[in-house]
Amino acid sequence: MSIARHSFLEATARARLAGILDTGSFREFCGPGARRTSPHLKELGMPVAFDDGVAVGEGRIEGRPVLVAAQEGGFMGGAVGEIHGAKIAGLIERALDTRPDGVVLLLDSGGVRLHEANAGLIGMGEIQRRVFDARHAGIPFIVAIGGRNGCYGGTSIVARSCDWIIGSEQGRLSISGPEVIEAVEGIEEFDAQDKALVWRTMGLKHRRLLKEADYLVADDMAAFREAILSCLGKSRPLDLDALEQEHAALSTRIERFRDCADARDIWSRLGINAPERIPELEADEFNSLIEALEGKAP
Amino acid sequence: MTDLSSTERLIGQLFGDAARTERHDNLIIGEAPFDGQVLAVLGTVDQTYIGADAALAMARAVLDVMRDHPGRAILIIVDNSGHRLGRWDELVANNGCVAHLTKCLDLARRRGHRVIGLVNELAVSAGFMALGMSTDACYALPQAEVRVMALNAMSRVTKIPLDRLEELCKTSPVLGPGVRNFVRVGALRGVWEDDPAEELRRALADNPGEEDMRQMLALERGGRTQAQAITHMVRAGLEA
Amino acid sequence: MERLEYRVRGSETDEFGGAQEALVGVVGSGNLEVMIEPADLGGDCLAVIETSITGFGAIWQQVVEDFFARNRLGNVKVSINDGGATPAVVSLRLDQALAHLRERQA
Repeated sequence: MSIARHSFLEATARARLAGILDTGSFREFCGPGARRTSPHLKELGMPVAFDDGVAVGEGRIEGRPVLVAAQEGGFMGGAVGEIHGAKIAGLIERALDTRPDGVVLLLDSGGVRLHEANAGLIGMGEIQRRVFDARHAGIPFIVAIGGRNGCYGGTSIVARSCDWIIGSEQGRLSISGPEVIEAVEGIEEFDAQDKALVWRTMGLKHRRLLKEADYLVADDMAAFREAILSCLGKSRPLDLDALEQEHAALSTRIERFRDCADARDIWSRLGINAPERIPELEADEFNSLIEALEGKAP
Repeated sequence: MTDLSSTERLIGQLFGDAARTERHDNLIIGEAPFDGQVLAVLGTVDQTYIGADAALAMARAVLDVMRDHPGRAILIIVDNSGHRLGRWDELVANNGCVAHLTKCLDLARRRGHRVIGLVNELAVSAGFMALGMSTDACYALPQAEVRVMALNAMSRVTKIPLDRLEELCKTSPVLGPGVRNFVRVGALRGVWEDDPAEELRRALADNPGEEDMRQMLALERGGRTQAQAITHMVRAGLEA
Repeated sequence: MERLEYRVRGSETDEFGGAQEALVGVVGSGNLEVMIEPADLGGDCLAVIETSITGFGAIWQQVVEDFFARNRLGNVKVSINDGGATPAVVSLRLDQALAHLRERQA
């Protein structure tokens, strides 16, 4: 018997929240009724959104209290402006007051909103500072990536400042947008139209293989919910030992893959026999392969 | 003999001959005596692009300071063109390496190290986020530039005509490049108009405190008039 | 951007009482968001529209007034941010927003 899948990719931010949280448990802060819209977009003569492209609030997952933010990828590419950034910053400050079992960030963003560039950039920095504040207090931060925009730019740095990253193969996590690399460095360096290349390089399957991400799930609301639930209450250390360990892992990675020109080279080197098959694998097949791979690695 | 970069000249200006720094590619790592204490000095030169290697090398330097010199203040001289754009850096996840660098700087602050940033030439986007923002306070020299993106590139991406952007830049601090704008939005604490050594002295004497002051500064300076109120509202759990 | 406002006589109803607003849709090219909420308007209905496509006032008026009349609404405010949606999409979102508001009441 097959169970109907609800696509995370296709869903709006609010539908994602409805899919992740216990029914009726969501209470929104500074919601659309507050009409805190972007004064900068207005000055540019552009349409605004009542929630400035992000819904933040509290809810429950299997009864456990969480704070959540869901970026609306359909509005301005999910990009972070003054109000949008300040909402997320406030949410994280609240986490220090209410101590939820986790702060869940559904990131779907190209990064800083260029129309409010400077405000967006400092907004990112303020979000990151607060993530660290709350993490040092033991509150877990869980990122879920599975929308069209991926998680790029400053949001990719915020994502990697969190405890856990969950994503579907549709999701991407990287600092530079493919078009930007092509525009500046040329098509030889990166062909932004080559979707397979883009996803091989920046997609969550590759990130999971690199251990940049923790969980690869199917494009399914229930799968995301389950993975998020499994991370609740699990804080990862940010002390000197932890950073030394992370440093060693990253240094090893860049040395090990220094001469790799493509993700397939990296996957081969990781011990995958048929790297060309990776993009075809369903999430569960992929995860079985990972289990076998990481099981035998020292 | 190669010409000194402006970063190296600035180090000379700040510390005379007493600085003990080394240059590795486009990074400067070392220490310098100042007013009876020793500062760790970490800098980039020649508007370098920060790739995975550079991010990790800088992180290594910060980890070493935490391990070998507890409590030592760190001066970061910021001179970059943002993060490096290239397939390899994306493959090995530069965002993870840059995030790691920010974690190290942030931890240093929490462990009692003063961390002061100074933009001497250029800071762009992620390069500013990684270095300028992970500080107690970030300053800039008067001739420096800080930006998210050059205006003509912004015009291409947003499809807003360049002359319209230029017009708006005259009145809006959130839009265009410039140290003044970044001061107004709270991202920079201030500009060092006086003798750099004197300014550094003042910056070190300035007690950072626990609070992130940048939203408050933005409100005072009129750069971001809404951010603080919105953050307070959400923190308080208010619906409207 | 063009701002349009239409206020029409509605029915003397307190159908939604103190219900919170309901929001549907996403603002983007060819798309819109519709927020609907109870409002103290002496029985009237009000639509406030911010749209990036100018000059379609007559069509907007027709669509919103038809929506209010068809559903026999009163004391309801509709707020719209529009990025150039077609009348069909506008009608759809209006109906969806109303359905959400009714769900919230239930």
